Amino acid sequence: MIKKNTPQERRIILKHADDPKYSNKIGCYLKNDGYSMLKKAFKMKPEEIGEEVMKSGVRGRGGAGFPAGMKWKFLDRKSGKPIYLICNADESEPGTFKDRQIMHKDPHQLIEGMMIAAYAIGAKQAFIYIRAEFFKGAHILEEAIAEAKEKNFCGDKILGSSYSCDLVVHRGAGAYICGEETGLIESLEGKRPNPRIKPPYFPAVLGLYQCPTIVNNVETLCNVKHVLEMGGEEFAKIGKPNNTGTRIWCVSGQVQKPGYYEFECGALTLGEMIYDVCGGLLPGRTLKAVIPGGSSSKILRADERFTGKLKDGSDFDWGIEDIPLDFDGPASVGSMSGSGGIIIMDDTVDMVEAMANINAFYAHESCGQCTPCREGSLWMKKITKRMCEGDARHEDADLLLSVANQIEGRTICAFGEAAAWPTQSFIAKFRDEFEQKAKNGNNKPSLQLI
Amino acid sequence: MELSKETLTKIEEVIPRYPEKRSAALMVIHLVQDELGFISDETCSWIAEKLEIEPINIKELITFYPMLRETPWAKKHIRVCRTLPCALRGSYGTCKILEDKLGVKEGHVREDGEFSIEFMECLADCGEGPVVMVGEDTYENIEGKNAESFADLLVQEKLDTSKDFTSYENGLVSKSPVSKPTKKK
Repeated sequence: MIKKNTPQERRIILKHADDPKYSNKIGCYLKNDGYSMLKKAFKMKPEEIGEEVMKSGVRGRGGAGFPAGMKWKFLDRKSGKPIYLICNADESEPGTFKDRQIMHKDPHQLIEGMMIAAYAIGAKQAFIYIRAEFFKGAHILEEAIAEAKEKNFCGDKILGSSYSCDLVVHRGAGAYICGEETGLIESLEGKRPNPRIKPPYFPAVLGLYQCPTIVNNVETLCNVKHVLEMGGEEFAKIGKPNNTGTRIWCVSGQVQKPGYYEFECGALTLGEMIYDVCGGLLPGRTLKAVIPGGSSSKILRADERFTGKLKDGSDFDWGIEDIPLDFDGPASVGSMSGSGGIIIMDDTVDMVEAMANINAFYAHESCGQCTPCREGSLWMKKITKRMCEGDARHEDADLLLSVANQIEGRTICAFGEAAAWPTQSFIAKFRDEFEQKAKNGNNKPSLQLI
Repeated sequence: MELSKETLTKIEEVIPRYPEKRSAALMVIHLVQDELGFISDETCSWIAEKLEIEPINIKELITFYPMLRETPWAKKHIRVCRTLPCALRGSYGTCKILEDKLGVKEGHVREDGEFSIEFMECLADCGEGPVVMVGEDTYENIEGKNAESFADLLVQEKLDTSKDFTSYENGLVSKSPVSKPTKKK
């Protein structure tokens, strides 16, 4: 039963996603007023669309939260080179499964958002870079694009105008690093996805084939359609200043009802999400920790007090349950909302095991280009694995920390931080458990995470 | 190396989608691997010639990307998600059950070539973990007792016709209206 005061979802992006009468075919999309915003866009000047996106304040939904309108403004239009648009559909940050819903259930929403964005930035061609594990998703998108082409919503001379833009589905091949935008671009060029160094390789200036390129997340591109529908200023009224629009939060781990939930930014707290929306913890368990924005984001301990100043100058004093779910909330307590992947852990979790699980992920996914990351991620995996196998040493916590600290800030891309932050935060928050491991020797934890 | 007419047609259709031929590398490799199961040195050279690049340019992709193969998986390839959200819901146990019932260790191919199991990094379906893929089909909440009957059906080759386990994505690919993912709790 949902309690009276439970915050209610506001579904904009996922409006139709779970409607049993809705299908992912173009007929259904058109019946629901689909592609009307694309028609509206084509009556506007491209730069007017960019202005609306700017006014909307919509921030990137892929992880970094960079304002999309600003990203578009950085586009180098003077070079005379062709411009490309890429949708980052590599969805691979552990704990994130929102783009999957959009692409499988409402692909035309993404295509419409993309074609509006393509027209706005003057793209010559657009790509959807989708992770290869989404076999069906790629198939659904290909079918949807064929339908859209037939109706002249993409491809040659869109809606009878002089503007043409082809949309191509490109499949990855199982590498997390392809979610990093410059790695993605290398991969799309048919190479190993070794990220490029910024500067000079900002995609908006030197992207795909060294041409100006915009890379936006699936959810971000869908938002473009809604920005146009409401107008930038109206859109900016959803949520809170600097945290506009809705967000799709993906809750996983040890709660009664994990799943995807779309709320206005800041409409609820982490506690309301866990206890009211997700039905609370499993029977007899207590909350131990939360990773608020995908596995790279810093872990929060359930019994911490978070104090400090908000951007507006006001003081805050929060427990974990009081943290507002928006961009700034998790950031103000030293973590981040990242990709919206909230991972819940209860008192049955052995934190060293959880750490070892995460470290195994980053060791597997490091592209190997930068030595600190390639070697460091592997050593963090080896050390935590050894600790879980009954051979923990009392100096391990400091050893792990020293490895992590030597990765952070010393790599070409942000993967270095993504690999270091979990270790740094796990040790800062749960050092006692790491040290206890050495004292206890071979105690068997209740869950097997490694 | 021989490829079916259908695959060859698809390859010819995919390459011109890109402004530069080399960009089609991953898509061409996928098409070839879907048919042959793996990419041999001979295949590397063939693809390279098609894209007007060197064989090493293909080889470096095969040896980097986790889903590209130099040796084939089994007829039925099972992918189990290993990463934290699925692990918190018991995916290590699920993997163990599958290993025992299918008679093959994770990362290996059974001697008769029927089954292989692979621990995968995050399959992006964390809300319904543990997630298991059989070939291209995704199955959710495969854990404990549930995982045992799932494995039994796999061994008996009855998973495809089972009503207890359905891959929700399949409903979305067909012409039928969208349905909610099947939950088995």
